[in-house]
Amino acid sequence: MDYFDRFAIPHPSPAIYASMVAIGLTVIAILIGLTYFKKWSYLWREWLTTVDHKRIGIMYIIAALLMLFRGGVDALMMRAQTAVPDNKLLDAQHYNEVFTTHGVVMIIFMAMPFIYALMNFVVPLQIGARDVAFPRLNALSFWLFFMGAMLFNISFVIGGSPDAGWTSYFPLAGNDFSQSVGTNYYLMSIQIAGIGTLISGINFVTTIFKMRAPGMKLMKMPMFTWTALITNAIVVFAFPVLTVTLLLGTMDRLFGTHIFSMTNGGMDMLWANLFWVWGHPEVYILILPAFGIYSEIISTFSRRNLYGYTSMVASIVIISFFSFLVWTHHFYTMGQGPLTNSIFSITTMAIAIPTGIKIFNWLLTMRKGKIEFTVPMLYSVGFIPIFTIGGVTGVMLGMASADYQYHNTMFLVAHFHYTIIPGVVFAMLAGLTYWWPKMFGFMLNERIGKWAFWFIAIGFNVTFFPMFFTGLDGQARRMYTYSEASGYGPLNMLSFVGAVGLAIGFALIVYNVYYSTRHSSRNIGSDPWDARTLEWATQTPVQSYNFARTPHVDSIEAFWDYKKKGQPLFKGSIEKIHMPNNSGVPFIMSCIFFVWGFSFIFSMWIPAIITTIAIFACMAHRSFEKDDGYYIPVEEIEATEKDSEVLADENR
Amino acid sequence: MKTDNSLPLEYGTEQNKLNILGFWIFLGAEVMLFATLFATYFTLEHRTGSGPAGAEIFEITPVLIETILLLTSSFTIGLGVHAMRLGRKNAMMTFFAVTLLLGLAFLGVEIYEFTHYVHVGAGLQVSAFTGILLTTLGTHGAHVTVGLFWGLFIIMQVKKRGLTPETANKSFIFSLYWHFLDVVWIFIFSFIYLKGMM
Repeated sequence: MDYFDRFAIPHPSPAIYASMVAIGLTVIAILIGLTYFKKWSYLWREWLTTVDHKRIGIMYIIAALLMLFRGGVDALMMRAQTAVPDNKLLDAQHYNEVFTTHGVVMIIFMAMPFIYALMNFVVPLQIGARDVAFPRLNALSFWLFFMGAMLFNISFVIGGSPDAGWTSYFPLAGNDFSQSVGTNYYLMSIQIAGIGTLISGINFVTTIFKMRAPGMKLMKMPMFTWTALITNAIVVFAFPVLTVTLLLGTMDRLFGTHIFSMTNGGMDMLWANLFWVWGHPEVYILILPAFGIYSEIISTFSRRNLYGYTSMVASIVIISFFSFLVWTHHFYTMGQGPLTNSIFSITTMAIAIPTGIKIFNWLLTMRKGKIEFTVPMLYSVGFIPIFTIGGVTGVMLGMASADYQYHNTMFLVAHFHYTIIPGVVFAMLAGLTYWWPKMFGFMLNERIGKWAFWFIAIGFNVTFFPMFFTGLDGQARRMYTYSEASGYGPLNMLSFVGAVGLAIGFALIVYNVYYSTRHSSRNIGSDPWDARTLEWATQTPVQSYNFARTPHVDSIEAFWDYKKKGQPLFKGSIEKIHMPNNSGVPFIMSCIFFVWGFSFIFSMWIPAIITTIAIFACMAHRSFEKDDGYYIPVEEIEATEKDSEVLADENR
Repeated sequence: MKTDNSLPLEYGTEQNKLNILGFWIFLGAEVMLFATLFATYFTLEHRTGSGPAGAEIFEITPVLIETILLLTSSFTIGLGVHAMRLGRKNAMMTFFAVTLLLGLAFLGVEIYEFTHYVHVGAGLQVSAFTGILLTTLGTHGAHVTVGLFWGLFIIMQVKKRGLTPETANKSFIFSLYWHFLDVVWIFIFSFIYLKGMM
């Protein structure tokens, strides 16, 4: 039985046992449900083996929302623990585990899949393509991410969660100071998900470079596609750094090297540097697509074209370049000296310039527009002032000498939530609401959506604004409790109240999905928002082949000009369409990756070797496979396109 | 799939063009991967703890043999792609086979080199320097190993299916990969071995 001792939780509590039971029951319920409703073959045929970018996008959304709630529960636990001084709800170890998994889940397993969800669904449609360049690899990306996320999420019931912070700084995360397998989970699950993301990056850059509709020059691409292109370019250059960083961490923990240790020549400052060389570009990987989404939405609901298109493009390119030159600002206090700190201080503040340009462009887009305050627009308009507070406090933190005052305090926590929640979460919710009718064929209820927005916007500010003050007063982050004499109590209680408001807001979104599924009209046409870009020129729901005929683009807002100026969009006759075959290999290969990661985490070398061979066997299978895809015949396309409004328009 | 005959076979179809661009972007990511390893290596190069320094363990003979083997293999795979463009299937397969044999020989010498390091007290766990040295060399060696299997599969497919746009595309992409490993080795040779021996 000694062999199985390794799977025990080093630091158990009733809550963990309860979640163990809950996870077990949920899995059983899902298995029974699928069997009872005879959905296994549907699930396999239509979802697990799909290579369709739209379905992959929807699966990304489901996974991201699940992870949002997992990370949200972590957040509520933290705010509940710190709501009153000397609270005993969580002990120090559990608090460490909770803030670590909150960070990892929210960044890697919520924000990343959410942006890839929207990119997957929208980008091929916006550029008038049939699918991405490598549909099979796209499925592999999703399943690798998904298995990475699942692997990370079983950590708290098998073997123990990581507890060294989402940044997992070595030597703290090394074997000497983090003895449980938690950090192994961190290393392996992010490695698996990260490989998936890197593949996505390659896929999307290729797609956007090579598969745009005829006439769509780079400078005629919609802004969301532009941000997707730049984001994926950053992914291609930043994620290999993460791969190596995690590899070196794994070498230290599992194979006894001394790269990040404090003995035998190891360099204790190296992990922080390597991590943030990936980590800072990662911030922009998250925020740039959000900027793209806001550009689309603000322009649509102001009924005006985007102000300053060229300067928007220039500023995202400049941001992407600077994103690689600022990583040291995450640890000014580590002791690299005034010269280094000064240089990085300047580059950090320089990023505020292109970001400011974007803010002014959005404001000027709205100027003299006929603004319509739909739910997506509310999030976009709410984003601007809140994000600006995040940006201004960012410049404060960017001043190296002043940073010694705020470093590692709640001020920092408030700052990055002020950038990442309006910057990413608002954008994802806005984008989800905006593209929802294209995905599912009905609209989300506006009234409930507005209630949710106000709960989230107000709850957010009530939660995080007090942290600026407690931080300036010296409350350290990542501390599980504080004394009453410190005086942090009332403001922390206020934060907790705000967190409850946020939770209500997110619950309302779930209720909205339920309500709208039951009650919303299905008769909304293909362009319910009167939007401007090509994805709205397809039928709703979008057919597997996207466009019956490839669109021809002459302007930045081809669909808008087609609607308003009668510029022709689709030319020629319908031809047969080549489609890729479905495949179960990406799913199976990712399952093997799951076992592979699990074997490494627990240093079980025999299954590790077997699964490594199995992974390469999957790749060999792919190499030998002949997969020419299939053709959809013209008659079938004509039959499905009968109801298409665009075609009807042309025949009129 | 439509085939465009004005271009070399490996660029013949739309999917082929996508594959080649995608692979170049992948190589861009690989450049970053090795760049990170090199940066870490340079940081830790002199942090030898109680273990040996590079100058004490590097030997020029096996390293030169490895270099000559890998550079020659890059030349032969170039000849292989040239033969492929001329449509000479057997010549192409021969050159690819020679390439893989040279790669295998390279790997043999590298394994010898690794056992030598362990033998002289420069194992993985000795110091930060030996750790990053063996990880960097090992990452390159693992790439070569994967390449050997991949190349073998491609030869088998060309033998079975002949030179089609699909097999030509795969062969060409494999040659890009192989040249890339050679480029990485030139950096390893110059900046790890030669610099370390000075």
